[in-house]
Amino acid sequence: MSEKEVDLRRRRFLTSSVSVVGGVGAAFVAVPFVASWQPSERAKAIGAPVEVEFGKLEKGQMLRVKWRGKPVWVLRRGAETLSALEKQADLLRDPGSDVVAQQPGYAQNAHRSIKPEILVLVGICTHLGCSPQYIKSNDPHALGDDWPGGFFCPCHGSKFDLAGRVYKSVPAPSNLVVPPHSFLSDTRIVIGVDQGAA
Amino acid sequence: MNKLLTCLLGWVDDRFPLTKLWNEHLAKYYAPKNFNFWYFFGSLALLVLVMQLLTGIWLTMHYKPDAERAFASVEYIMRDVDWGWLIRYLHSTGASAFFVVVYLHMFRGLVYGSFKQPRELIWLFGMAIYMLLMAEAFMGYLLPWGQMSFWGAQVIISLFGALPFGIGEALSLWIRGDYVVSDATLNRFFSLHVIALPLVLVGLVAAHVMALHEVGSNNPDGVEIKKVKGSDGIPKDGIPFHPYYTVKDIMGVIAFLFFFAFVVFFVPEMGGWFLEHANFVPANPLKTPEHIAPVWYFTPFYAILRAIPDKLIGVMAMGGSIGCLFLLPWIDRHPVKSIRFRSPLFFWLITVFILSFVILGYLGTQPATMVFTETGFRLAELYFTFFLILAIYSSESRGAGAYISWFVVLVGALLVIDFLRFDPVKSSLIMGSALLPLAYLAVFLLGPAFTRLNESRPVPERVVWK
Repeated sequence: MSEKEVDLRRRRFLTSSVSVVGGVGAAFVAVPFVASWQPSERAKAIGAPVEVEFGKLEKGQMLRVKWRGKPVWVLRRGAETLSALEKQADLLRDPGSDVVAQQPGYAQNAHRSIKPEILVLVGICTHLGCSPQYIKSNDPHALGDDWPGGFFCPCHGSKFDLAGRVYKSVPAPSNLVVPPHSFLSDTRIVIGVDQGAA
Repeated sequence: MNKLLTCLLGWVDDRFPLTKLWNEHLAKYYAPKNFNFWYFFGSLALLVLVMQLLTGIWLTMHYKPDAERAFASVEYIMRDVDWGWLIRYLHSTGASAFFVVVYLHMFRGLVYGSFKQPRELIWLFGMAIYMLLMAEAFMGYLLPWGQMSFWGAQVIISLFGALPFGIGEALSLWIRGDYVVSDATLNRFFSLHVIALPLVLVGLVAAHVMALHEVGSNNPDGVEIKKVKGSDGIPKDGIPFHPYYTVKDIMGVIAFLFFFAFVVFFVPEMGGWFLEHANFVPANPLKTPEHIAPVWYFTPFYAILRAIPDKLIGVMAMGGSIGCLFLLPWIDRHPVKSIRFRSPLFFWLITVFILSFVILGYLGTQPATMVFTETGFRLAELYFTFFLILAIYSSESRGAGAYISWFVVLVGALLVIDFLRFDPVKSSLIMGSALLPLAYLAVFLLGPAFTRLNESRPVPERVVWK
């Protein structure tokens, strides 16, 4: 052992520089561990568009299909339903569909759809991801006598009208999402491909 | 033979502190002599932990963490594996029993001031254990891949999605490992449930006990027994943990196992409270069950989340309701530890808190109707105000003016909140239910101002021996 006095400054410098280098190394090592939690390539690949034939839908009937693992609804609305949509703007949080992310541009209109009567929605509540129930005005329900029909989330009580627009004073912050979709024919749509896209 | 054993012990002691550990933590660990019923639950929690580890390891031998096969493999355990039903019911009942025991253990700490100086770290370790237990229970509940597993996970993971600036969406995607709860989610939850969290849990339990044995146990009188020691350096009000409390705890274990076995053998689902009915249906990503609710031990916090008609604030309130508990040692700084010597108002404050917690728990299991949601909101107000009043009660030297100004401020805050969330549809409901927090504030803030109901009694030097 050398008899020289310990150089504390040198020791401190070495300690801190080793800590910094070690810390940077640890951060790099953490990357693969953290990144391995991201959706895998396979999960990303299973996002193929889904074709839906809805010719048999009567007015007021709804189809449920699965797209990217999520429920997607196709609902045929009657003329009375469509005209009723305008009347309750006061009760809604975003009646004009101003939150752009919730629907493609071609569905940003009064009825939130390409063809007024055919509504396509992702059936996942914008609050915490439950799938709301489709409750018609004449179904048994506890939503009040003036319930015009719409969607009710059983998990936390969020309510949406028949254009998927969220009511005020419920936990869900925004309207239900309209997925990208386009018409192949009068009775056939494809979900996952934008209208107008080749 | 005896001599041989003594030699062996000496050989080990020269190489490993066996006798030293035994003495420090059991034979010469002096605990207050006045432990009562409420002191069973620490050792019972340890018992349940061991039971969960054991049954969990055995379940892992038969279970398949695969979205295609998980549900069937649980049925296989229940029907085809010898005694599989018993091992599974021990595990599922054990999960609820764990929370029963831990809630009672926390209640004990709350009323006897066991979290107060110098035991803050014990409380923090304990709260960390509680958080970890919730994560463990939540991830375990996904594994049977029933309807409730699936939609419960969907909701809880979506909670993270409430964080602003796009962080939330990215975070919940990262946790799920897919765009919806899927096989990837199930597989990682299995790994975390079986390996990662139990390891951390056991480590934290060790830290909890070590911190406890460093400062010594509190007791129902809230007296520090180390202050009065005999000439031998042993606290006069202390008795060695072993054999006194080991034997006493065995009594507790027997009583506990009596109730536990009753549930396991006769009502393992507890009428839907321990295992929910919807979970006997395989997960269906297209359809949420008619009515979904978490298992009972989460429901008080869930009711708070649901009561608030705003996603981000709701999630923050739910997080805050647990966060407040973490901060308890710095909120309640009143020098008197035990409820036995604290004021009558303190007693009622705790009673109302426990009542609102229990009723919130009930509301969390019920459908979100307007009346229930509004009640939940009022009880959530009481829940949070409890901590504020605890802090205000921390000093008894406040004058009437201080209490009255707090009263005015809080009533004002109450009115502002009601004004902001006012909804003409339920105006009478809001105005009527406002009486509840108003009465609460009047009793607990005007009470100390105009009566002597908030005076604590002097704490004795040594434990009271009736």
